[in-house]
Amino acid sequence: MTMDRRKFLKLTALATSLGIAGKPIYNIIANDTPNNLKKRYALVINIEKMLAKPEILDKCIKACKKAHNIPDIPNKKKEIKWIWKEQFKHAFLEQENEHIPESLKLSPVLLLCNHCDNPPCVSVCPTQATWKRNEDGIVMMDWHRCIGCRYCMAACPYGSRSFNFMNPRLHLKEINSNFPTRTKGVVEKCTLCDERIAEGKLPACVEVCCNDEIIFGDLNDPNSKIRKVLSKTYSIRRKPELGTQPEIYYIV
Amino acid sequence: MYNGGKITIAIIIFIIIFTSPIWTNWLNPQKAHKPEIVLPKDYKECIAETDYMKAYHMDLLNEWRDLVVRKNIRYLQKDGKPFLINGKKAEMSLTKTCLNCHNDKQNFCDQCHNYLDVSPYCWDCHVDKFNPLDVEQCPKRIKLEVNVEQNQEAKQ
Amino acid sequence: MLEKVFIGSKKYWTWVIFLCILIGIGTLAFLHQFKQGLQVTDMSRDITWGIYIAQFTFLVGVAASAVMVVLPYYLHNYKEFGKITILGEFLAIGSVVMCMTFIFVDMGQPLRILNVFLHPTPNSPMFWDSVSLLGYLLLNVIISQVALKAEKNGVKPPNWIKPIIIISIPWAVSIHTVTAFLYSGLAARPFWMSAIMAPRFLATAFAAGPALLIVLCLLLRNITKFYVGSEPLQKLAIIATYAMLLNVFFLLLELFTALYSGIHHHKLHFQFLYFGLDGDYTLVPFMWTSSIFAVISLIMLLTPKFRKNEKLLLWASIFVFLSIWLDKGLGMIIAGLTPSTLGHVVPYWPTTTEFLISLGIFALGTFIITALYKIALTVRRQLKESY
Repeated sequence: MTMDRRKFLKLTALATSLGIAGKPIYNIIANDTPNNLKKRYALVINIEKMLAKPEILDKCIKACKKAHNIPDIPNKKKEIKWIWKEQFKHAFLEQENEHIPESLKLSPVLLLCNHCDNPPCVSVCPTQATWKRNEDGIVMMDWHRCIGCRYCMAACPYGSRSFNFMNPRLHLKEINSNFPTRTKGVVEKCTLCDERIAEGKLPACVEVCCNDEIIFGDLNDPNSKIRKVLSKTYSIRRKPELGTQPEIYYIV
Repeated sequence: MYNGGKITIAIIIFIIIFTSPIWTNWLNPQKAHKPEIVLPKDYKECIAETDYMKAYHMDLLNEWRDLVVRKNIRYLQKDGKPFLINGKKAEMSLTKTCLNCHNDKQNFCDQCHNYLDVSPYCWDCHVDKFNPLDVEQCPKRIKLEVNVEQNQEAKQ
Repeated sequence: MLEKVFIGSKKYWTWVIFLCILIGIGTLAFLHQFKQGLQVTDMSRDITWGIYIAQFTFLVGVAASAVMVVLPYYLHNYKEFGKITILGEFLAIGSVVMCMTFIFVDMGQPLRILNVFLHPTPNSPMFWDSVSLLGYLLLNVIISQVALKAEKNGVKPPNWIKPIIIISIPWAVSIHTVTAFLYSGLAARPFWMSAIMAPRFLATAFAAGPALLIVLCLLLRNITKFYVGSEPLQKLAIIATYAMLLNVFFLLLELFTALYSGIHHHKLHFQFLYFGLDGDYTLVPFMWTSSIFAVISLIMLLTPKFRKNEKLLLWASIFVFLSIWLDKGLGMIIAGLTPSTLGHVVPYWPTTTEFLISLGIFALGTFIITALYKIALTVRRQLKESY
């Protein structure tokens, strides 16, 4: 191919734009973990302590429900749950092990949104109605913007998200007026009580725990309680092989 | 004109149907219920002047919506200082701030909205009755480990 | 040219009115769903996508298949497809409109759907899907309008349409690739997260689309005496044959990967489809029917004696179309979501409301295709008569 000035300029322009566009395109496709979080809130759930005191599980769930106007929907297929009990063998599907004690296999574990570092729900949302906050790593929801496409629900590997199949107020007996209800047609999930954290309080489920059954803290602070607990005890996370980097740790 | 008779009749019927709101009102005049607003008794100062609120409260609420939910900026500022209502920092919240004072939605908000046949869907989610929070608490209250910085306060 | 839609025989009007009644019923059903919320469907917290998204996925394939008639004619000057390109483009328009409508009725908050464009999100395949569907619709409307108008006036289409037609070819491939990306990038769903999703989608598209086009052309010959000729039909049949062969081959490849690797959670999805899981056998009869139809259709298509017989070709095409519809429009979505991420099997079967809305949307697409075909055929008939 013969080269003249025009061709050369065109080639240079093409190469430059490819070079400049390369990094942003890579960022978009490769789903890089944001490493510049100021804080990284996480929870450590102590399964053993909870099994010793099983009424705590219901207390946590009830606290969350009350604080956030979560309806009690009779049809289990359409229920809404931000934090809930699941049998161990379903919560940790990847830990298939015939010889785990039967009692543990069937024991209830508290599950909630994992506020992953690499959240697939955030990647797929077409309207940015869900996003990972830079200042503290909470995966937030904007119920004004959600169009109810439920792509995030398909993408979440943990089943943490619920959809409002009907007007939730039909199934709410009492309403906490400090927090809105949602409307039909939007997806919702645990937001780590961002409204309580903003006021300096603990998440509702953590507050009702009396004996560190759930520990809440900032992983970026090396002196925090959560870091100390995690450095002393082995913890597991749900489906770690998927690369989502969940931030809810379980101590068995 | 082909089919002239049918077309003329059809046009007349169309005009009658199209102008029906006007002549049905002539026949049976019903004055629209003019808005009678009941102002809150206990609070005298709003977060902005009345004329501004009348014209821009929708835009204001839209701004608040994005500031609070998407940017986590929750507290109102006026002249560089936090805006206080009854000594407490005012949040940018429809339920917690606006309805704290204007606690009678039917005699305040609904009056103008019904007159203009406007039904904002805010009320689908935002609660229109303000009640204090009531959550079960463990007797031994644990202090928050982390230093929650004071949230960046917004310019009004 | 739109006025040609309003002039027609009694049979034509009966058909159109019948479709309008179905559309009306579908609209009423949708209004019911709009008021009550999606609780009127059988979708659940675990089965979050159902018949609407399944039909959307299938119809994107049919829409993309227009490229199979456009490419040979415009890019390779295969003159035999001259009469068919407009039919393929109109089929694409009808299918894309159906796709967009299916998405619209599936949204929880359909009135907020413009948020996708007001807040563009380049990392979301769904954003790109909306962009590409909209673009494809525009492309096909422009191309078909210009081509038909030129034909009507007896002139060659203007030169500026050529690059637009060329763009529509990779664009057609892209709409179905993007739709495949909706599924194949989800780490949470091992049944969908397979690199072969996109090739399989394209193979099924290029089988189902031409098969449908063959059926429509044969129907047109019976109803309107407009016959595209046996040469284009045979070529379409060959395209559908190769595509269907590839589709079956890809399915066997997927089966091999899942079964030979023995990864339990990957196998479960196939087990659910073909043998039932945890007492849920809903999809088993449909999947086996799909496989049987696929085999029958391939036998018919691969035998030249059968393929050249237009009566048998009609049935072979119907079997191809139905087999792929059962696989993509019924099996794929639900099997991807069953068992759920927590290992639960939740049953799903569309409710009456879902059926009525889906039927209404299919009627809408059929209506658009009917109307557009009516225009094209009337133009051609009037051209012939004027000689």
